[in-house]
Amino acid sequence: MASHQESLRALMRELHGDDQTTVRDQIVSDLYTRSAEIASATVTLPDGGRQFAFDRRLDNILTSRWLGYPVMLALLGIVFYMTIAGANVPSALLGDLFGWIEGYLTLFFAWLGTPEWVHGVLVLGLFRGVSWVVAVMLPPMAIFFPIFAILEDFGYLPRVAFNLDRFFKSAGAHGKQALTMTMGFGCNAAGVVACRIIESPRERMLAILTNNFVPCNGRWPTLITLSSLFMAGAVGLASGSLAATLVVVGIVLIGISATLAVSWTLSKTMLRGVPSTFTLELPPYRKPQFGRLLVRSVYDRTRIVLKRAVIVAAPAGVITWILANVYIGELSVIAHVAGFFDPFARLIGLDGYILMAFVLGLPANEIVLPILIMSYLSSGAMTELDDFTALKQLFLDHGWTWVTALCTMLFSLLHYPCGTTMWTIYKETSSVKWTLVAILLPTGIALSACFLVAQAARLFGWG
Amino acid sequence: MGTEMFNIRRGHPDDLVIALAGNPNTGKSTVFNALTGMNQYTGNWAGKTVGSAVGYFRHSTASFTLVDLPGTYSLLSQSPDEQVARDFLCWGQPDATIIVTDATCLERNLNLALQVLEVTPNAVVAVNLLDEAKRKGITVDLNQLADELGVPVVGMAARRGIGLDELKDTVLRLATGHYQPDPQPLTYSPEVEAAVAALLPRVSPLIPNPRMARWVALRLLDGDPSVLDAMERYAPNQHAFGGETTWLPTKSHSAL
Repeated sequence: MASHQESLRALMRELHGDDQTTVRDQIVSDLYTRSAEIASATVTLPDGGRQFAFDRRLDNILTSRWLGYPVMLALLGIVFYMTIAGANVPSALLGDLFGWIEGYLTLFFAWLGTPEWVHGVLVLGLFRGVSWVVAVMLPPMAIFFPIFAILEDFGYLPRVAFNLDRFFKSAGAHGKQALTMTMGFGCNAAGVVACRIIESPRERMLAILTNNFVPCNGRWPTLITLSSLFMAGAVGLASGSLAATLVVVGIVLIGISATLAVSWTLSKTMLRGVPSTFTLELPPYRKPQFGRLLVRSVYDRTRIVLKRAVIVAAPAGVITWILANVYIGELSVIAHVAGFFDPFARLIGLDGYILMAFVLGLPANEIVLPILIMSYLSSGAMTELDDFTALKQLFLDHGWTWVTALCTMLFSLLHYPCGTTMWTIYKETSSVKWTLVAILLPTGIALSACFLVAQAARLFGWG
Repeated sequence: MGTEMFNIRRGHPDDLVIALAGNPNTGKSTVFNALTGMNQYTGNWAGKTVGSAVGYFRHSTASFTLVDLPGTYSLLSQSPDEQVARDFLCWGQPDATIIVTDATCLERNLNLALQVLEVTPNAVVAVNLLDEAKRKGITVDLNQLADELGVPVVGMAARRGIGLDELKDTVLRLATGHYQPDPQPLTYSPEVEAAVAALLPRVSPLIPNPRMARWVALRLLDGDPSVLDAMERYAPNQHAFGGETTWLPTKSHSAL
């Protein structure tokens, strides 16, 4: 009966007329004392706890004030290097495989005697679209995620959060944002959902609004491909991969800096407040379970990537093929659209086709590069997958320099979140206003950053 | 049904409901997956942006709905996760509760275990990651632990499936009322006990169950209004915690 609860409420009010904080502290401390009592009666530690000493020594290095950051950057670099260098071979193999299948598909359609456009839509549009996404994305992901998962299983990620906590605190944000940001490296939509672990609404909003500044699954291939093509120089594989790795690490650092800068600005303006404290447990280091990890990260991720490829890239491939093959007057529809975007795009170091690819790529960042390549090709179909030299030539033919590549990478890193993430932000915040902020803010930053780079390059005559 | 207020779907109306509590990083999810296999679904707790996972399993002749509570370090603080865990243990009426602990850092985990036992005595403590502990040379005296806590204790290495059957047996016995633990409530320092003793005469008439009366008195001393809010939300038509209606977490009210 409600009256009972009223009595209890009255009782609490009465009690807390006088100060009860000491009682509360005593309750908590009694719980800990009893826990320690039971533990000492039941737990036997190994010879003076020498194993624990190992964990502590490792923590002293991995979370040290001075060594913590270099170790973190080095590990990040190693992960990227293994991903970039290791993905080339399987990517080429998959490319060959799909090319081989495509040959037979073409023969099959010829045998059926279908009109040219059916073959165009289904094979040159749909099949090539899907196979490009799969061949380019799958190998890096199949390498990146298991390595990442091993670090995670080992217990390293909480140490990353511990290291970054100081930065986020001084940006007026919650230390746990380091964790949600790390999730964003996989998928920003997942990162936004992960922001639920932050209790304070203000700090949760900061984490949600800035999650997009770290590159996700769908943007890694764009960043990795472009830095391999334009930043690495056409030197040997190993040193090329190294240069590409450094550029990708640099891009990640720019993303993290943007996260911190935007968090700081927001916490001084729209989301004013002080950061709250929290307990971060540094769990004991564990030997990773390699078998289970392989299954989880390779199989699960593979399935997700394939599913997205089929659901998003397939229709995009079809639509792009149609737009590139339907002519209005002299030009294809795609050329008209690109021409419309072109003057503005030039200002920010891109061209009309690139900007259009980002617009069409709204549903998923994975398809930005495939759409771009497809629309560049006069034939209106995507290029052979395995030939990176041909790919670079294609870009060069369309007037690309390293400045174009850099601006494209920056735009990819900083621009508005993908459709899925936008929808997730809306669901998590239930606010049209904040969803709009989450879209317009990064877009504004991306446009300004690219504009500055492009204008500086023009001024100094680079590229 | 207690479960419905929490947006928890039972597998079958006759399912026994088991709550799964524990600190983060104790292999709670491994235990959850080992028990339920692929037979699970995820959603949100009613009215909260906290994810929930519910799974189903059978053991012997009984079928169970297993509710995976958010991993928390305590039931005291005010985070949504901790509130969800606390509210379900108090008002979701689980037929039994599994408290997963990490053998490699048992002391830290016992803090939550003790708090859970304050609200529901019908629980089993699963000491997980025994393989990990063994590798590190840590041994845990499970019998002694059971004596200290006053509830059954099961040693486990859930990722290798070790201890699962014993856990299921224990859960079955607890949930069907064949075994009813009666852990000694934690004795606080004299100062706190005096305050509780002074409060109890005024709380007990409102809450007949002695264990709960004591717990509510402690929360009144805490000064945590969210407990009273939750009480209003989940038990609005009951005599606060009680009388004839619900509160006690086993189904066999008569036996208690």
